[in-house]
Parts: sequence; structure tokens; C-alpha cells
Amino acid sequence: MSGMGGEVRPPRGAGRLFAAPASDLTSHLATFGPVPDGPAASHLLDELQASGLQGRGGAAFPAWRKFAAAGSGRDPRSRGGAAVVVANGAEGEPRSAKDATLLRAAPHLVIDGLLLAGRTIGARELYLVTTAASLPYVARAIAERTDATAIRLREVPEAFLSGEASAVISSLEGGPALPRDKSRRLSSSGLAGRPTLLNNVETLAQVALIARFGAEWFRRLGTEEEPGTRLVTVSGSDLAPTVREVVGGMTVAAIVRAAGGSTDTLGAVLVGGYHGAWLPAERLDTPLTGHDLAPFGAAPGAGILVLLESASCGLKASAAIAGYLAAQSARQCGPCANGLPRMAEVLEKLAGGSRDTALPAEIRRLAALVTGRGSCHHPDGTTRLVLSALTVFSAEVKAHLAGGCLADRRARAGVAA
Amino acid sequence: MSRERRPAATLHIDWTLCDGRGLCTELLPERLARDEWGYPLARDGSGGDVPLAASQLEAARDAVALCPRLALTLRKD
Repeated sequence: MSGMGGEVRPPRGAGRLFAAPASDLTSHLATFGPVPDGPAASHLLDELQASGLQGRGGAAFPAWRKFAAAGSGRDPRSRGGAAVVVANGAEGEPRSAKDATLLRAAPHLVIDGLLLAGRTIGARELYLVTTAASLPYVARAIAERTDATAIRLREVPEAFLSGEASAVISSLEGGPALPRDKSRRLSSSGLAGRPTLLNNVETLAQVALIARFGAEWFRRLGTEEEPGTRLVTVSGSDLAPTVREVVGGMTVAAIVRAAGGSTDTLGAVLVGGYHGAWLPAERLDTPLTGHDLAPFGAAPGAGILVLLESASCGLKASAAIAGYLAAQSARQCGPCANGLPRMAEVLEKLAGGSRDTALPAEIRRLAALVTGRGSCHHPDGTTRLVLSALTVFSAEVKAHLAGGCLADRRARAGVAA
Repeated sequence: MSRERRPAATLHIDWTLCDGRGLCTELLPERLARDEWGYPLARDGSGGDVPLAASQLEAARDAVALCPRLALTLRKD
């Protein structure tokens, strides 16, 4: 591919995004070479399409399509105006640390990706939004270079929903960092009504690599469905949040081990974060791909894995998460503001030892009631987690309704042994 | 899907605006019930984008015009 630096070699192993030995511009350029300025916009779009890169913020939407939609202005509802690109590093998920890690360790890749995106879709305004903790790293990187003065840095609050796409746009417009009604697409009417391309910061860093080394290089690692590498955050049990770059299609068990965790005593792994779904211990050989995780209602999402020991009660863990999610409702939409606290409360009762056999059915009824009835996916995501708990921990549900707890029993047996 | 079964329009509920006054549920009782908190609940489970038949368009237009929170929009595809 043209534009590749003469003496720079593409990263060969799985350490692509973190291939540079340090975060400064000199290390970055020595490792990756300069941003290619040659290829025309259509060339990068073609490479992105061929690469199969999907968004790394959670929704896994094909990156090239998002670029094409925001760049074309073909949408008849578009109010027009110069396009805007937003690099989203808000990372509202409490169990995710990959975006913060990336912005600290490889801010120049993200900046490259943002500049390339802007060039590709002909954007006039470029934003990078992240939390207060990550801002200094990005600001320092921008100050190191002369081509990034157009990038505007904006701080977003650390809240579960503040990274949601429409919440980011609202925040950039000076409004609250809360989701909005989705009657218009960001690609045609985003920031101030202009065509807007909003990408997760990891997605943009991957774009920066693909622009340099090409789609064919990108696909040398990973699988057909999950090409390239992705960042994951593994935490829970005794493991502090650990970020790793892993090859696409690795099994959940292999990822846990790569992060320094053990699968020996696990009861389940929550895949996809708090809006995700549980994978039972006996199925940890499942690859982290959309196709393989679909039977569990899970998806790779933003690469978040939360470990649960078999001696910890899955219902109690799920109830705690559901309670957190209910509290994180933006309280803008009635079914979510009322339904999530109610659903969390009933799950908490079941987890806490109530023997009322009507509880599981009531949880399912409330889940069906709130699904699809909000301006964002918060009710749907919360429902996914709660229903997954009832399915994966169905034996635990039975035990609780009979007045026991399987996890407690395992914990006592473990202590006795 | 056959032409006859395609909805004539879609009633979009902006949940961030709706506060469950319930006028729409009175005007479109075949399409909308109310949940236990008073918010409109599509009888077919269609969430916030409720498909309408041609015969329901007039009532839907009234609902859009009369919603005190301006939470409804009518979309023809």
C-alpha cells in the first residue's frame, strides 16, 4: 500500500495497538511511521471495507459503513452542513478500562485515526471526548504535533450512559450528557444538525493502522468474522481490571488466562459488560465472536469480561448490577425510570432469599414490559443481563426458592476442604 | 410482506418527552394500552415505533396534535 514508511515494518505479533515502546510522538513515528497522506478518501473506505473492521464501542457496526454514511450526505433527511467527527473515549462502563489505557499508552494512534476520519469524510470539526482522568494524556500528545491543532478536546462525566452516542452529542452541544430520542440518525443529523461520524477511540486507532498497513495485513490475525485484534478488559474475582490486546476469535477461557486470571474456580463470566450476558463456566471455550456468543444472548461488545467465582452467587451479583443500572437510568423515559428499579428490586428479593415462587415470572414480565421502550438501549441492555441471569443461574433460582444457595454451599465446602 | 399488510404509517413515541398523560391511548385504543405507570404500551409489543393501519391515521393525527408533551410524530415510509 502506498504511503507506508520505508524503514517501518508493520507490527507482526498480536501487540499492534501497543506496539510502540512509549506513548510519545517519537516512539509512535519510529514504530508506525507517519500518517499516510497519499491514499484518496475512497481508498481508505475501500481498505476499511476489505478489513472487516467493526466498531469497538459495543455495537460492532461495520466501520466503513458508518464512514460512508456520514461522508455521503445521501440521506435525504440530512440538513447538510460540514461534517463532524467525534472520537468517543467516554467509556461509561465501570468494568471497561481499554479506552483509558489506549489513550494513555497510544494517544497518537487515536489522533491519527481521528485526522484520517476527518479527511475521509471531509469534516471541518474534530472532537475527542473523554473523562477528566484521560484528558491530560491526549492534550500532551496533541501538543507534540503540528497537524492536530484542529482537534477539540472535551470532557464528559463518568456515568454509565455518558458514552452513549446521542449523549455525547448532547454534551458537545452544551446539554446534559444524556441520551436523546433517536428519530434522526447521527450520520445525517448529529452535532448541531450536521452529518456526524462518532467512533470509539479504539476503532479510530485500528483505522490508523489499516490506513498504514492495509486490510490484508489487518486480516492476517483473527478470524473471518472477527478479523484483527481487539482490546479487552478482564476483571472480577481477585483480578484487578486488566487490559489486553487479543487476537479476534480467541476463546473466553484463553482471554481470561491471557489477562492473568484462572478459570479453575469460575462459576460464570459476564461477557459484554453490564449490558451483557452470562456465559456458564462449562462453556468458557466459546470464542469471543458475535456468532458463537449469540446462543447466550451475548456479544463481544466493548470487550468486557467480568469473572464470577463459583462460590459467589450469580443471582446476588446480577442483582447488584441491576441495582446499579437502575440507578444509572437517565430518568428521562418513563418505562425505564419506573421499570428498571422495579425489576432490580424483584431480582434483589430473589437473590436475598425470598421463597416467593412468583418472582421469576414477575421479573420476566417486567423485562418484557420495558424492552424497546426507551430513547436508548439502557432498558434493553439491563433486561438482557437480568434474563441471562435467570437462564444461566436457573439451578440457583431453584435453590433460592427452596431456601438455599448453591454458591454458599460451594463456598462452605471450599472452606471445609 | 404484502402491500396490504404494510403499515400506512408509524407513530413514533419520544420517550424522553412522554410523561404518560394518556391522551394517545384514548384516541388509539386498538393500538395503545397503558402500562402500570400510565405510559403508552403498544399492544403488538412494537416499543416506541407503532405501526398504524390507514384507518387509524386520522386518530393518530389527532393524537400528535393533542399530545400535551409534543412527544408524538407520525412517519410515512
